[in-house]
Amino acid sequence: MSDTATNPIRDAIQEAITENSVILFMKGTPDAPACGFSARTVAMLQTVGTQFAAVDVLPDPRIRQELSAISNWPTIPQLFVGGALVGGCDIVTEMYESGELHQTLGLEAPDDTQVPAGAPVQSAPMSIENRL
Amino acid sequence: MSATPEELKERIEASIPGAVASVTGDGHHFNAVVTAPAFSGLNRLAQHRLVYDVFGSEVGDRIHALSIQTRTSETEATR
Repeated sequence: MSDTATNPIRDAIQEAITENSVILFMKGTPDAPACGFSARTVAMLQTVGTQFAAVDVLPDPRIRQELSAISNWPTIPQLFVGGALVGGCDIVTEMYESGELHQTLGLEAPDDTQVPAGAPVQSAPMSIENRL
Repeated sequence: MSATPEELKERIEASIPGAVASVTGDGHHFNAVVTAPAFSGLNRLAQHRLVYDVFGSEVGDRIHALSIQTRTSETEATR
């Protein structure tokens, strides 16, 4: 990149990634996702209970273009934690299912992924009153 | 011409040494499960990038969406 080139969109994206510890670039907004992959990723982040910033890439095609140039990642959504790309919907899904996502976000893993070593794995009895 | 799962499978297997791919899709949205020794020692981001790199700018364009799962070996794939 030449010293004289200015690229305000790329600079703004880089700044957003740096300043927000958890940031999701997506199609649409968390309240109104415009793509199934973005919707699933938002749902997982909301389920683990993390705060996150969200950027809609759809209003200007240059956002996606510059974002992919920064991240070397071709698809949307893209989740960044601590300034680094974590991945898209597939990777976030794998990490969500393995409990790694909690770890990456500095959250405690949900109880059902913390089976104590040596403890017999049993199915929990159905608890009607707790389901309401 | 729209892409086919067979085309994606062939191109992945031709481009990534030792890769075995299973691809499903409707011509626009695809899902690829790729097992390759070349993934060994790479983190997931790097593994997925190897697969995306097979198709370059076609991803998001001609290949509208490509979901990827990567495995380093057959044994891991059957766990």
